Amino acid sequence: MTARFEKTSQTANILNSILYSQNTRKIVAPFVALFILLAIWQILCSGEKPNLPSPITVIKDTWDPYIINPFFNNGGTDVGLFWQLLASLKRVAIGFSLASVVGIALGILIGANRLVYSALDPIFQVLRTIPPLAWLPISLAALRQSDPSAIFVIFITAIWPIIINTTVGVQQIPQDYNNVSRVLKLSKIEYFFNILFPSTVPYIFTGLKIGIGLSWLAIIAAEMLVGGVGIGFFIWDAYNSSQMSQIILALIYVGIVGLLLDRLVSFIASLVVPEEQK
Amino acid sequence: MQSLMNTENKTITLEKTAFLTIDQVSKVYTTSNGDYTVLDDVNLTVKEGEFVCVIGHSGCGKSTLLNMISGFNQPTTGTVKLKDKIIAEPGPDRMMVFQNYCLLPWKTAFENVYLAVSAVYPHKNKQEKLALVEEHLAMVGLTEAAKKKPNQLSGGMKQRVAIARALAICPEVLILDEPFGALDAITKEELQEELLQIWRNHRLTVMMITHDIDEALFLADRLVMMTNGPSAKIGEVLDIPFSRPRNRAQITEDPRYYELRNYALDFLFNRFAHSEDPTDDIIEPEIQNNKLKIAGIVGGLIVAAIAGFTLFQSFNGNNEQSPKNNTQQISN
Repeated sequence: MTARFEKTSQTANILNSILYSQNTRKIVAPFVALFILLAIWQILCSGEKPNLPSPITVIKDTWDPYIINPFFNNGGTDVGLFWQLLASLKRVAIGFSLASVVGIALGILIGANRLVYSALDPIFQVLRTIPPLAWLPISLAALRQSDPSAIFVIFITAIWPIIINTTVGVQQIPQDYNNVSRVLKLSKIEYFFNILFPSTVPYIFTGLKIGIGLSWLAIIAAEMLVGGVGIGFFIWDAYNSSQMSQIILALIYVGIVGLLLDRLVSFIASLVVPEEQK
Repeated sequence: MQSLMNTENKTITLEKTAFLTIDQVSKVYTTSNGDYTVLDDVNLTVKEGEFVCVIGHSGCGKSTLLNMISGFNQPTTGTVKLKDKIIAEPGPDRMMVFQNYCLLPWKTAFENVYLAVSAVYPHKNKQEKLALVEEHLAMVGLTEAAKKKPNQLSGGMKQRVAIARALAICPEVLILDEPFGALDAITKEELQEELLQIWRNHRLTVMMITHDIDEALFLADRLVMMTNGPSAKIGEVLDIPFSRPRNRAQITEDPRYYELRNYALDFLFNRFAHSEDPTDDIIEPEIQNNKLKIAGIVGGLIVAAIAGFTLFQSFNGNNEQSPKNNTQQISN
């Protein structure tokens, strides 16, 4: 009896140590949660003719060719998910890079100059609240091509948080640093490289991080409307041909890519932003 | 006594008396509650190579006075002149050492000093600049910490970097705004002695704000005591007669030390004691803040009420519609 009790307490100890150790909790807990969610989903969607496919159905439906071969290319829009995502990422990359360059430059200009700030800030406050897709008709009308229009939507979506955060960063440069600059009579260029830019970098990256997230949100919606190769249109196409499983698979990919983009910007920030300013 | 000393000096060297002159300076800030006079009719002449400490209660305008010498601030009336030139803007000839060090956190100690050197001596070649930086870091004993960033340095070391940065550009006046205020007692004494050494070797002119009477008595040639603000002025100027080089132990044994110390303490804590009553202009803004807060709360409540009402209505609407939806679903 006592031996048995000892044994159970031992296993309990081991269980405890597994459950409460930091690492296992961080790795195991999300998987357990995921499993439970999938199980609930499976139960909810396992009726006779469910509106939405269950997880098992999703995998069954999309196993061949979408999961096992993301690289197939049958021409047109009938290509593997890798190419679909790549096409979307390309648009985001172009639009977002343009937005970063223009946004940071404008942000510094606006932050450094009171007059420009008071002139442009109210306008930007209005423009930034416009939903990304509302720009699409205008850009389609102006550019008359689907791809540049989608890129423009990315650009216009990502630029506002970048501008606004950069502006705030420039305005928030501690007075101490400005005093140093004034007493040393630093030239404009010296001031920019030694004080303004290093001091603003953390704010710029906050803007970039928000911007990349919004870009990824906007590209899916924009592609649904403009068509062509791209994960957004893939989802819309799948909906039109009632391939619910493909939609769900695409959503999972979209989520993972969005997360990776966010982490990528954070990673670059960790390399660029000085240790002291995090 | 002070006037006697001044006339003596005037007869010795005429040009030295006019190195830094603060002439009938007053500073008035215009606020919503009317004019607020910080400084009123301040006169002071600092000789070249003199070490002057300014002491007074917080809010008496010491910093305002120093900022006018450094050029961050302009007097409302009167003039501040360095070598007969009116001070209109900050410049490296009047380098500041700030209480909070003002080092750039993304630069190492070396780079912080180097920035100042390269900004002030753009025509020197790189070799000369590097040598200047190394020399001054060595002077404050920081050669080994040169590659460290401010966050890795202690408070005393940071202030040493700031002093090295200030001295590397050879200012005509060194302005120190409570430089040792945030340091522990031992570091403070060490740095005071180093500062004296540097002052002697460089023949600098130093203006320094302090809260510490002992510090002032150890360092200064003259101690400027300010009356309380608003409308602060120079209450008295004490000459500190100890011979140089000074030795802390010797000075504290000198009977005149306690005479001066008690005199200064009496000035600060009896004759111009800091009143504990909050003044009117401190209360005013709080009332305004309260008004804003009340407005915010009322506004928030109104918005919440409207939002709640709309939600409630739409909820009701849904309830009316929902049976229809149900029947539709059933018929499907």
